[in-house]
Amino acid sequence: MAKARKNSTVKLTFDTLQYAPAPESKSIAKIDTQYDLFINGKFEKPLSKKYFDTINPATEEKLSSVADANVADVDKAVQAARVAQDKIWSKMPAKERGKYIYRIARMIQERAREFSVIETLDGGKPIRESRDIDIPLAANHFFYYAGWADKLQYAFPNTNPKPLGVAGQIIPWNFPLLMAAWKIAPALATGNTVVLKPAETTPLTALKLAEIIQESDLPPGVVNIITGAGATGAAIVNHADINKIAFTGSTEVGKIIQRAVAGTNKKLTLELGGKAANIIFEDAAIDQAVEGVINGIFFNQGHVCCAGSRLFVQESVYPIVMQKLKDRIATLIVGDPMDKNTDVGAINSKQQLETIHKYINIGKKEGANIFESNCVLPKKGFFCKPTLFMNVAQSSRIAQEEIFGPVLAIQTFRTDDEVIEKANNTPFGLSAGVWTDKGSKVFNLTSKLRAGVIWANTYNKFDPTSPFGGYKESGFGREGGLHGLSAYLNV
Amino acid sequence: MARLEVLKTYKIYIGGQFPRTESGRYYSPKNKNGQSLANICLSSRKDFRDAVVAARGAFGGWSGRSAFNRSQILYRIAEILEGRRLQFVDELIKQNSSTKDAENEINLSIDRLIYYAGWCDKFQQVFSSVNPVASSHFNFSVPEPTGIVAIIAPQNTSLLGLISVIAPTIAGGNTCVVLASENKPLCAVTFAEVINSSDVPGGVINILTGKCSELIKYFADHMDVNAVVYCEKDKESQQLIKEKAALNVKRVLLYDSINWEDEEKGQSPYFIIDTQEIKTTWHPIETVGSAKAGY
Repeated sequence: MAKARKNSTVKLTFDTLQYAPAPESKSIAKIDTQYDLFINGKFEKPLSKKYFDTINPATEEKLSSVADANVADVDKAVQAARVAQDKIWSKMPAKERGKYIYRIARMIQERAREFSVIETLDGGKPIRESRDIDIPLAANHFFYYAGWADKLQYAFPNTNPKPLGVAGQIIPWNFPLLMAAWKIAPALATGNTVVLKPAETTPLTALKLAEIIQESDLPPGVVNIITGAGATGAAIVNHADINKIAFTGSTEVGKIIQRAVAGTNKKLTLELGGKAANIIFEDAAIDQAVEGVINGIFFNQGHVCCAGSRLFVQESVYPIVMQKLKDRIATLIVGDPMDKNTDVGAINSKQQLETIHKYINIGKKEGANIFESNCVLPKKGFFCKPTLFMNVAQSSRIAQEEIFGPVLAIQTFRTDDEVIEKANNTPFGLSAGVWTDKGSKVFNLTSKLRAGVIWANTYNKFDPTSPFGGYKESGFGREGGLHGLSAYLNV
Repeated sequence: MARLEVLKTYKIYIGGQFPRTESGRYYSPKNKNGQSLANICLSSRKDFRDAVVAARGAFGGWSGRSAFNRSQILYRIAEILEGRRLQFVDELIKQNSSTKDAENEINLSIDRLIYYAGWCDKFQQVFSSVNPVASSHFNFSVPEPTGIVAIIAPQNTSLLGLISVIAPTIAGGNTCVVLASENKPLCAVTFAEVINSSDVPGGVINILTGKCSELIKYFADHMDVNAVVYCEKDKESQQLIKEKAALNVKRVLLYDSINWEDEEKGQSPYFIIDTQEIKTTWHPIETVGSAKAGY
């Protein structure tokens, strides 16, 4: 806990004011010991005959084993999706299509608590975030796009929008169910059928969603959910009978996919990495800004493509911002993701923890000054202390490369022009944050920052109606809102 | 004795200047009668790189102008083009058009510029949205230019195709580097002269002449280019462009089955939106007090 600051005139001791544990119960989570592939409306044993384990990153205990789909399994899923597209989904009246999607949305809401618990167990994110953000937003996303199904002609004036066909969708491990919703809901609303692959470390909520889809009586083959790692993803990308690839993940893999589909007519949307600038001007409400910075980089352990991982502070307020930031970090509760008080949960995998440690070492070697929370990490599981780097050079790798962890690179600036220049000096362009009390400055910054989402005096907010996606090497295409429809239509 | 005609030197157009290619190379395309059109600059990779530098330099200013001002400038291009229509008709005839086709092409070209001049300050309203988010935030999405667009102009027309791809690109605030039709390059160079006297800032439109087969790979793999436009059906080139575009996640736009003469399909605000990014901005709405907007 926080040590009282040395320069305080009144010494406060909060060490005794610990939060009592408030663990969420696991009993609501029904997790089978083994999951098969969801193809053509049924759970089918994989032709590969192989399974792999999915673990709880907070305890390193095995939760279940899931099927490892090979090329033949992918082919089976694509065939099912094609038949469903040709014979059923494309012929169904749009309003009926919409009603199926509404039904799925409601069923997610009904089972929200179970989904929250499984999301946290499988991925390591704090239960508070699964419960208040991931799961409700996922349900809302289905609700939002359900209503579009029979209104598409209003979205694209003077055109006759048509579905693309079969969509192959590959999603990451940071928001497992939410990303599945971002992918599936607009694809279905626009009349496409789907083969979706969740990430190998977080397959469980997608498989639970498959159960819901089965219960919803959605026609077999309209949504197929298959599990596996990179090879399964590659088989989807390279399948000749897929019309559309939607990928969310690293820029590195995104580029491989862009190359892989070059010789085909597959439509492509990519939602890739980021290195967002979060900018505090001297006239900002500093307490709110600090809270926004904390939310920007430590939300979901920093496993967020739009994380505010570069902080720019105007020189005149740098000392006070740093003091408040360090004080706030000391109060962050790091640990058991199932505890409702936890702020920062488990790192998603051992591999990701190693990547984060690699970058922390790089930051130290590059000469930046490090500050870590003095919290005590649990002995088991994958955890990382919230970390700040001060005195970071613009060319430093921790300021240029995506770390995808609770590590913040801090720089200072004097003028508006300087910070715009620095903020835009990155190959990425997914998001940015601006903190100032001056409206005209907000609009100057938002029009000059080259990024797809700008949060002004707020950060890391998401909504089904709000388009999300990047500029430059952060990818192309939008997810969410009216603009998210065009990724799945020929207009 | 008949008066000797003064022949025109066809040069390239980079950053508002008319240099010759730095490579010193040239080629001599011929028309169907076997008559050489002119000695045309055979642009090099270096010319392309210089043009990208000019386009990047011009981007901030051009994208930062008011949409109304961009609209006026596009209209101005059309005005100047109208005034020089006979020169274009001449060149089109020299490049195998009948008189009727040539006149049709220049008419459509001028009208296309007027069409996109009008869209400059309207497409944002059509493609923007205020998003009704569930939380207490004001949230809106607007299109913004993607940056530098490298364009291989349609190869089968000299003027109309060129204008049909340049106009929507710059109407949306992008800057561009354009490779002219290889076998019919005359109008592109003369069009550069039109641009140069139309208040278009130097670097916004850069026009190169040369060989598609030589330059296409550089258009696709330059790290400071944000999007590539290609209009031919050649599958190998399409694949090459898409593969190389992955280097910095360029947007690739293939207009390989567009009839540019078609006023329905050859022009639309969707051509503008193709080289736009959607930016979404969030800001909290203060919720204090209990006053409601009752009446």
